[in-house]
Amino acid sequence: MERTAKIVGSPVMKKDAMALVTGKPVYTDDIAPGDCLVVKVLRSPHAHALVEEIRTEGAKKVPGIVTVLTWKDVPGKRFTMAGQSYPEPSPYDRLILDRRVRFVGDAVAIVAGETEAAVDRALRLIKVSYQVLEPVLDFRTAKDNPILVHPEEDWKSLCPVGADNKRNLCASGCEKDGDVEAVLKTCDYVVERTYHTKANQQAMMETFRAFTTLDPYGRLVVTASTQVPFHVRRIIAHALDIPKAKVRVIKPRIGGGFGAKQTVVAEVYPAIVTWLTGRPAKIVYSRYESQIASSPRHEMEVKVRLGADKDGMIRAIDLYTLSNTGAYGEHGPTTVGLSGHKSIPLYGNAEAFRFTYDVVYTNRMSAGAYRGYGATQGLFAVESAVNELADMLHMDPVKLREKNMVREGNVMPAYYGEVANSCALDRCMAKAKEMFGWDEKFPAKDMGNGKVRGVGVAMSMQGSAIAGLDVGSATLKLNDDGFYSLLIGAADMGTGCDTTLAQVAADCLCCDLDNIVVHGVDTDVSPYDSGSYASSTAYLTGGAVVKTCDSMIAKIMEKGAEYLNSSADEVEFDGKRVYRLDGSGEISLRDIGNRAMCSNGYALEVTESNTSPSSPPPFMVGMAEVEVDMETGAVELLDYAAVVDCGTPLNPNLTRIQTEGGLAQGIGMALYEDITYSPKGQLYENSLMQYKIPSRQDVCPIRVEFESSYEKTGPFGAKSIGEVVINTPSPAIASAVAHAAGVYIRELPITAEKVYRGMNGKG
Amino acid sequence: MEINLTLNGKKIKAQIRPDELLLDFVRSQGCRSVKRGCETANCGLCTVWLDEKPVLSCSTLAARADGRTVTTLEGVAAEAEAFGAYLAEEGAEQCGFCSPGLIMNVLAMERELSDPSEEEIKEYLAGNLCRCTGYMGQLRAIRNYLNRKGGETDGENR
Ligand code: FES
Ligand code: FES
Repeated sequence: MERTAKIVGSPVMKKDAMALVTGKPVYTDDIAPGDCLVVKVLRSPHAHALVEEIRTEGAKKVPGIVTVLTWKDVPGKRFTMAGQSYPEPSPYDRLILDRRVRFVGDAVAIVAGETEAAVDRALRLIKVSYQVLEPVLDFRTAKDNPILVHPEEDWKSLCPVGADNKRNLCASGCEKDGDVEAVLKTCDYVVERTYHTKANQQAMMETFRAFTTLDPYGRLVVTASTQVPFHVRRIIAHALDIPKAKVRVIKPRIGGGFGAKQTVVAEVYPAIVTWLTGRPAKIVYSRYESQIASSPRHEMEVKVRLGADKDGMIRAIDLYTLSNTGAYGEHGPTTVGLSGHKSIPLYGNAEAFRFTYDVVYTNRMSAGAYRGYGATQGLFAVESAVNELADMLHMDPVKLREKNMVREGNVMPAYYGEVANSCALDRCMAKAKEMFGWDEKFPAKDMGNGKVRGVGVAMSMQGSAIAGLDVGSATLKLNDDGFYSLLIGAADMGTGCDTTLAQVAADCLCCDLDNIVVHGVDTDVSPYDSGSYASSTAYLTGGAVVKTCDSMIAKIMEKGAEYLNSSADEVEFDGKRVYRLDGSGEISLRDIGNRAMCSNGYALEVTESNTSPSSPPPFMVGMAEVEVDMETGAVELLDYAAVVDCGTPLNPNLTRIQTEGGLAQGIGMALYEDITYSPKGQLYENSLMQYKIPSRQDVCPIRVEFESSYEKTGPFGAKSIGEVVINTPSPAIASAVAHAAGVYIRELPITAEKVYRGMNGKG
Repeated sequence: MEINLTLNGKKIKAQIRPDELLLDFVRSQGCRSVKRGCETANCGLCTVWLDEKPVLSCSTLAARADGRTVTTLEGVAAEAEAFGAYLAEEGAEQCGFCSPGLIMNVLAMERELSDPSEEEIKEYLAGNLCRCTGYMGQLRAIRNYLNRKGGETDGENR
């Protein structure tokens, strides 16, 4: 049977769209049983302290309080909350409740009660005496600091990531190709700059939440707003020290994740309550908690040294990334890698590179996974440095990139030596230039009214799943009347993968989209999938769907042939029927489905898994135009144009929305979203009042186009889209501001104050 | 305390706590479309109508609804579906969590403003945050929806 893209590539509506837009009760808190205990967490007011004494009698006496748990009541086995494949690279450095608290907001006690009012009252009645310790707050002084964030002997690193808790190191390492120092010495120009990005919040509209119940078999059922149901199962089992067989995880509709929900931020609290009391329990994080005790982007300081000859050929790239994992190591060892692996390879002709990194513990909120996952930070640094190099050379940064960018067929030494088999970056650049009007606008224009407009450009790449590690799976069943059930273990978190994967299946099976029903994740039912992160779903699980459909077709032909008294090699399947090649008989899919329900010993059900030895990068180009008020330094974004190569867009509507949304988040990071702390380590931006995510008045027109390459190893030529789109705004906008105001902002966000100070020599 | 109100066209009598928020009250009455995204009146997810005017139910006491009319998305299901279809056609309900609040405000805007400009639309809806879509798709959907009456929907509008 021929495989042609018909439904793939068309802008079909998401299968759950109408339920979402009519406000149906489909999210975690909408479906939680009414008799759930309310669970809340008492949080530390200190950045670093030991709990000397904790008295809970008063709290327990509050009418309606069912349980109050402290560090004495939880298992003493350390685990990680990072949703990663086992053995996790993130160190085992957590307990559900620990005697040592490591950031302002760290968990001290868990309270569960019948009503919110009772729980709030009980929280106020818990008496804790702390031995307050000096914290490590500055990540630049954390490594080898005498104050240790994790002095405990049972701290454990499962993978060789260069971690050492006695040095405050969550990971460290160095990778290189060629002799960077020698090449840099012979370069005509060397740019050396340091860039700083903050611990931005994903700020998905649905905060962290989960509810837990015991089923009739005494198993713990966790219904959670998560991107990683199978990892939640393992992590809950580790945290509670119970067999994995005792845990089932269900994922309903998710109100956004962006990586935040790749960490098991909230699930352990109701889980332990239900496990110990047998009662249903629910936790819903407030926005305040989501801001101060969650899993934001790793703050990074990236030092770039870029060497080029006088014609602008980039010859060497040297990167040192210092990453702040905060109090716990979730995603610390892995995010840092992307700061180098997803930035250096954009420049295909460099003779040498070196990438060195340290990931340190501090007494700040623990970091986690956020769309872009380290690439965003690395690309802000490398793309900004390339823009500064261009300015130094008095060269158009687009031309500089055209000379140096990775092209289809290039080997990428800093990307595990993979070949860029599908790469339309050059076409993305050409298209962006044209739609943006780059040549007319570069570099700046004085508007004559105290305002100057400037333009900037940046490129970006990401991966498609983690090579050689991630697993995507699909199960397909043929039912009566010939409709299919597609079961997937990848989590649709609004991204629409339940629909796009069904599109892939429909084209493989030559049927209508409506002939495929999709079942979201339930770990008891769905086939194993690592989860929805690392830009894996379209590419990897999409590939699993293709494989599963191929096997299903073989089974249908087998069964059809049996019903036609032929053999499988004498028949063909066209999506609707199995027919004899000689034209002497046929049986419809409908009849096969129905007949197979009687007197049948051959299951029309298939599961296939998929993994990939490579992780083909999607690419993109972004261009920004800003207007700077030369008096105040205020920056207004006027235009943003982006062109993306994600291979074949499986659903152009959804890839477009992903791109527009990712760009808006990137714009927030570039211009608005700041993270600052009090001297004692308290986060100031603890609400959406202070933490300014862009409103619709803050984003300019975002214009998106696609220039598709064809990735042979992806389903219908697809690569990923989810993450690559967040990376270009920061460097492109920073460069646009530099062209307008002559000020290079190297620490995000780019505020009026910083620009003003730069213009007035107070930088 | 006891309040009497009309919720989505139905007269009801209910016992509430004096400090109960309208958001929690309507959810407890089964109006699960109403969402909470913050505690600081910044996100607009909790938008409902009080006497046909949009209010943030997270910063309105349930007691204030006494003797008045409260409408949630459940109460304007047909209209929600009509506009929602335009959102869905753009794929502009990504996670969908912000959709109910947005739709309540779009429908209120439609009643209040005739032929709003892009600036007016943005201003009217400024309080409705969305973290997923970057707002462009929502704007396309709103334009197409408002244009539908003139008979010409501009599907190419991107
Ligand atoms: S819940 Fe955010 S404004 Fe009401
Ligand atoms: S669609 Fe997710 S917040 Fe708007």
